[in-house]
Amino acid sequence: MSFLAFRNLGVAFGGYVAVEGVDLSVREGEFVSLVGPTGCGKSTLLNVAAGLLSPTQGQVLLEGKPLEGLNPVAGYLFQQDAILPWKTALDNVALPLVFRGMGWREARERARVWLEKVGLGRVPRHFPHQLSGGMRKRVGLAQVLIANPRLLLMDEPFSALDVQTRQLMENELLRLWQEDRKTVLFVTHDLEEAIALADRVVVLSAGPRSRPIGEFLVPLPRPRDVAEIRLTPEFLRLHREIWDLLRGEVMRAHAGA
Amino acid sequence: MRGLRVRLWQAGLLLAFLGLWEWASRTGRIDPFFFSKPSDILARVWRWFATGEVYPHLYVTSVEMLLAFFFGTFFGVLMGLWLALSPGVALVLDPYVKALNAIPRVVLAPIFTLWFGLGILSKVALGVTLVFFVAFFNTYQGVKEVSPVVLNNARLLGAKRGHLLRHIYLPAAASWIFSSLRTSIGFAVIGAVVGEYLGSAAGLGYLIAQAEGVFDTTGVFAGMVVLMVFVLVLDALVGALERRLLVWRPRAEGGEA
Repeated sequence: MSFLAFRNLGVAFGGYVAVEGVDLSVREGEFVSLVGPTGCGKSTLLNVAAGLLSPTQGQVLLEGKPLEGLNPVAGYLFQQDAILPWKTALDNVALPLVFRGMGWREARERARVWLEKVGLGRVPRHFPHQLSGGMRKRVGLAQVLIANPRLLLMDEPFSALDVQTRQLMENELLRLWQEDRKTVLFVTHDLEEAIALADRVVVLSAGPRSRPIGEFLVPLPRPRDVAEIRLTPEFLRLHREIWDLLRGEVMRAHAGA
Repeated sequence: MRGLRVRLWQAGLLLAFLGLWEWASRTGRIDPFFFSKPSDILARVWRWFATGEVYPHLYVTSVEMLLAFFFGTFFGVLMGLWLALSPGVALVLDPYVKALNAIPRVVLAPIFTLWFGLGILSKVALGVTLVFFVAFFNTYQGVKEVSPVVLNNARLLGAKRGHLLRHIYLPAAASWIFSSLRTSIGFAVIGAVVGEYLGSAAGLGYLIAQAEGVFDTTGVFAGMVVLMVFVLVLDALVGALERRLLVWRPRAEGGEA
């Protein structure tokens, strides 16, 4: 049985139909990338999976049961910074545990471990504005992961970072994911990133009325290094194959814009 | 170096103004009866403090002002939070809030004197009506401007309503509330002094009204000087408090905090 499934899902904002007729299943422990041109409703799908948005049509199944309200097993890494600017890096990471009723002392101790894991052990007392964009993303990642969600939703989390930082973060993400293999739904418009990270790449058509139009398994061996894997013939073959499909959609999106 | 230059210019400007005033008054270019002169005013202020006759008045005004400030801010913040978090209530009350705020507060002074007597209560009430709206509008705005991403993130991480209030809404509103505190202090003083001026037996406003009653312009100006310094000191205290409590905020002037 699939862990997360969209069944004939549609979302409309007033008269604008963002996504329609989406059928997609994700197995437990699977890393799935969603790629598509800008404005194709990728984020909409994540918001629905998180329970932040109700579908206007169809439904979301979580382990076979329809999802109602906020998704209790989901962690969401947003495209924008979502950490609290008035809390230090350490307190930001400790916060999810405090929300769950743990005392600050113990929560901070555990948060310290997570900060180390994402390579920020030396800046626990810094406030977000004192950290670089990449560091803030790491804090966000630690904050989401400390809550130990079974489903990780990621919405172009690294798109605002420079190329080097981005590859570092991608490798970091793979390393952390390797530890306990959470189910991941990763949205991006960057095809290389999608292939380098995922077990499966799902291509969405240009909006409006966007839906999946192609699925590609990524049989690349793990553990991977995102910088090196981009140079392998297998990667290039996949990239060409998916790009052939994606290109048409990107053109359509541009024509529409 | 730049800071010192600015300070020198500021001091120079003040001295030039006072010098011109003194000179004009001494040489009869302006009538000392109507305009007094800086040396007389300073001497009067000095005498007030030396003989201690100003202290009871200062004390009364301080008490009125502080009470107005605290109650006004407290109720303003409370009401701001309530309306910002209950859009339905806000919609219903909106015209009434606007209407009440449209009343020129000075005309309420006689009513408050009738209701609460000539003591400090009527002045506190007047101050509260002024301070309340400043705190209210700023809290309302602060809560309304919380980023939806931050909010969704916290909710997905398991924050309950109380957590949201404590860790998100209040800190987000805090910077607005603090910037309004400076304004609030000014309004609290206005409430107290105008109230005293219109009818009382003590306070700086009473002192000024007394001096005015006997055409003692020196006394009027001396009262103004004491008030001015009083507000500046309070403003500096609030500023110091603000810097302590809002360490998380990036400095507007640029550079790391």
